[in-house]
Amino acid sequence: MTLLASYHIFVKEFVSEFRTRYALNALLMFVVTTLSIILFSIGHDSPTQEILSGTLWIVIFFSAMSGLSRTFVAEEERGTSLTLRLLTNSTSVYSGKLIYNFILILALSIIIAIAYLLLIKEFSVKTYSIFWLTIFLGSAGLASASTILAAIIAKANTKGTLFPVLAFPILLPLLLTCINATKLSVDGAFFSEAIKEFQILISFAIVMVTTSLLVFDFVWKD
Amino acid sequence: MKKLTLKSENITKIYNRKTIFKNVTFAINEGTAFAITGKNGSGKSTLVKIICGVLSPTKGSISLSVNDQPILYPDYYPHIGLVSPYLNLYEEFSAEENLQFIKKIRGLDSTTDKFSEELLKEFGIYEHRKKEVRNYSSGMKQRLKYCAALLHQPPLLVLDEPASNLDEYGIEAVRNRMKLQKQKGVLIFATNDKDDLQFADTIYDIGQLNSGE
Repeated sequence: MTLLASYHIFVKEFVSEFRTRYALNALLMFVVTTLSIILFSIGHDSPTQEILSGTLWIVIFFSAMSGLSRTFVAEEERGTSLTLRLLTNSTSVYSGKLIYNFILILALSIIIAIAYLLLIKEFSVKTYSIFWLTIFLGSAGLASASTILAAIIAKANTKGTLFPVLAFPILLPLLLTCINATKLSVDGAFFSEAIKEFQILISFAIVMVTTSLLVFDFVWKD
Repeated sequence: MKKLTLKSENITKIYNRKTIFKNVTFAINEGTAFAITGKNGSGKSTLVKIICGVLSPTKGSISLSVNDQPILYPDYYPHIGLVSPYLNLYEEFSAEENLQFIKKIRGLDSTTDKFSEELLKEFGIYEHRKKEVRNYSSGMKQRLKYCAALLHQPPLLVLDEPASNLDEYGIEAVRNRMKLQKQKGVLIFATNDKDDLQFADTIYDIGQLNSGE
């Protein structure tokens, strides 16, 4: 029942997003704007791979922040959160929204990564297995943290500004690890050299999801 | 329909250091209509949310039992149907899609489809079932809320301002449902409308209890 309800919430989120484009437009506009700014600011300079790895994750982080909170904020603003609370248990709601956020941020990260690789010639990945696995695990970490934060800030009055402010300290270890792993991929490191980074990223996602499942009921009910 | 009992013991709600209400105690059994009344801001809607298990009381407890089996939060939701101004349906979906979503998420079987059609006809929005809810008038949205609340045939129906935004036909449909619910299960409603209050077996005035009216 919980799994099935989670699946239906996930499907509802997708259909709802494609009809309203609450998050999608904001996310895509943010990606286009930030990539353009980076391109203009680089100009004819040749920044180091380390800086380029950092800016890639800055684009992914702020794009995620501009769109991922919508999943709960939209429910509160439209007055549908009470409907959802009466339809199923909190675990189903959290799981459905987490999966939706993960798919959304993963798709967005892939688009950003491809655009970044195509547009910024100085950024050349040598070990693609490390690069794409970092994108995948980084997206999982971002989704796991931002889903519970979105549920918390949906109840606040200053929703827009509060989300990145709360998310930054929580996501800092994730971002630093993602930047390190991305740097390893552009330096041409062997896959085994990035294992430590992957272990941190997996642990981060597991810890965030477990903690969120424990506290979500309290956040969701009141 | 299942046999249902609802008990509230000394419920107090404090919000932003302000006491909304305190020591609310009542017991409601099968076949009863229970009305909550009180002036604006007295906490009728807050009490309704606490009864439905979507808001925690600051003090006291509320217990629900179905067929003499106690039901603990968060397992309330299959037994309750709520119509409230604070509850909205998905505006980007049609009435039919909203009811399909509710059917699926509640894990209801295919026989619900026929009942869903009957409810849409009963509340006079069957012809508009394929329109997106954002194109509905406030009265049509209120009617759809009734269809959504009744889809799983809940033993406990909770109505906050039952007749708000409804025309004469809508009010008649709602009152027929209120009568039916009273016979089959438990009806709780919050209102100040004297015409609605005539359906009540017990009227609870937040602040003053008038039993047996």
